[in-house]
Amino acid sequence: MYDVYKIREDFPIFRELINGKPVTYMDTAASAQKPHQVLDKMAMVYNSIYANPHRGTYYFADAITQEYENARETVRGFINARHINEIVFTRNATESINLVAASWGRANLQSGDEVLISEAEHHANLVPWQEICRSTGAKLRVFAITDDGDYNAEAFNDMLSEKTKLVAVTAMSNVLGTIFPIKEITAAAHRAGAKVLVDACQFAVHHQIDVQDIDCDFLAFSGHKTYGPTGIGVLYGRAEILNTMPPYQFGGDMIDTVTYTETTYAEIPARFEAGTPASVQAIGLAEALRYMTKLSMRDVTAHEKELVSYATNRLHEVPRLKIIGTAPNKGGVFSFDIKGLHPQDLAFVLNKENVAVRVGHHCAEPLVNRMGYTSLARASLGLYSTREDIDALVNALLKAEKFFRED
Amino acid sequence: MDIEELIDNFSFFESWEEKYQYVIDLGRQLEPMPDAFKTDEWKVKGCQSQVWLTPSFHNGVIHFVGDSDAILVKGIIAIVLMIYNDKSAEEIKTIDVAKIFAKLGLEENLTPSRRNGMMSMVCKIREYADAA
Repeated sequence: MYDVYKIREDFPIFRELINGKPVTYMDTAASAQKPHQVLDKMAMVYNSIYANPHRGTYYFADAITQEYENARETVRGFINARHINEIVFTRNATESINLVAASWGRANLQSGDEVLISEAEHHANLVPWQEICRSTGAKLRVFAITDDGDYNAEAFNDMLSEKTKLVAVTAMSNVLGTIFPIKEITAAAHRAGAKVLVDACQFAVHHQIDVQDIDCDFLAFSGHKTYGPTGIGVLYGRAEILNTMPPYQFGGDMIDTVTYTETTYAEIPARFEAGTPASVQAIGLAEALRYMTKLSMRDVTAHEKELVSYATNRLHEVPRLKIIGTAPNKGGVFSFDIKGLHPQDLAFVLNKENVAVRVGHHCAEPLVNRMGYTSLARASLGLYSTREDIDALVNALLKAEKFFRED
Repeated sequence: MDIEELIDNFSFFESWEEKYQYVIDLGRQLEPMPDAFKTDEWKVKGCQSQVWLTPSFHNGVIHFVGDSDAILVKGIIAIVLMIYNDKSAEEIKTIDVAKIFAKLGLEENLTPSRRNGMMSMVCKIREYADAA
């Protein structure tokens, strides 16, 4: 049985009191808190087996290399990739997407080609494509979502053509919570001859991922959002495609042989991992993924689904509150506006009440603007969220609404 | 009301609710800024909300009018302007705004992560004083 109160005990930060009171953490979509299993594992590596992996010929170097490569296997299993060499470790999802843009994009895009993204992308899955399109002469096209923030199949299919070389789309919007039908999108894109990159930053936090089932060519996610450490991200790439891609950065660890005049590059994934890797972070990430898997991703998804419907009902108790993003298939992300109240004013009272939410454009400025706003408040759920968290949020919102009311 | 009076008033508040309700009221009494000035030209950068500030120079002193689309920020603007308004450029340069905010118990508004534009606004005021 999924015992959320027991699970919360794994997260040391929830024992912290601010002004004598616990904190209601509702900013998991920005970054998740870490279970002690992850922290303990990383401390163990630094305390007991630390060295630079891949280079040494002594015990520590062997031990950490083993853990680091095991971490790759854990990631492979988590997303059900075919081979461990399809897993590239990066700094974060932003770097994963930049890697594809710089390496695959530069080698494959030219004038007349198109890259297709949705209106719901955050900057990480928008700006790299803008940039690579600008420098290769390809055209970036953006397919519309519906006014309630849902996937719009008609808009997508209208823009998809033989010119489309890549479709880069989020599996779950960080602003709207909308879950995109990535399997359907991938199948359509492949029929049109395009490659597909899935941004799974938010999706990976809440759902089982199977890259073979989705059949996507690339998939990116971040460690820090999946209850792991900062400084580590993942790029999955289909081996046949990664094999054809030139390196992205150059230096140590990514070479085969080097002379002063010429260098040959290593096989995948080493070719894309120049320099000393974030080995401890990769090992920490693997521990986080094991933690999630042990809870069962199906139960995590079910727990959050139940909270989404509870939160939707309770948020409507707040006068003048409008939820932005009301697609039927929606995950644990709630952006909202209270008419007449600036989100920053809202955030002030929420902070006083120890409720942590995000305010602003959520690194998705065009999307927030497209929904008719310049700034929104956002509350997001994680596997440790409870009904009490939502109650605390609603009470704080009611207080804020009253606090700023002019009467 | 001058700033000493304000500090005096603030000393009676026991909760953040009372204190900030008063800040909000100060914002509501702020000298109105004509909409014509609410443009990019007069916008103070580095704020999460929109903040505008216009200076006018006469008789050796600077008079500022400010506004924001956020309610609390507007109240903070009212206090900042109470501190700086109708003073000479030389006087403006000698004011220790952090000390005054500490006395008011509003120092949390000066932290960089708060980003309510308070510090950006003070910097802008000092820039105008330097240029005067």
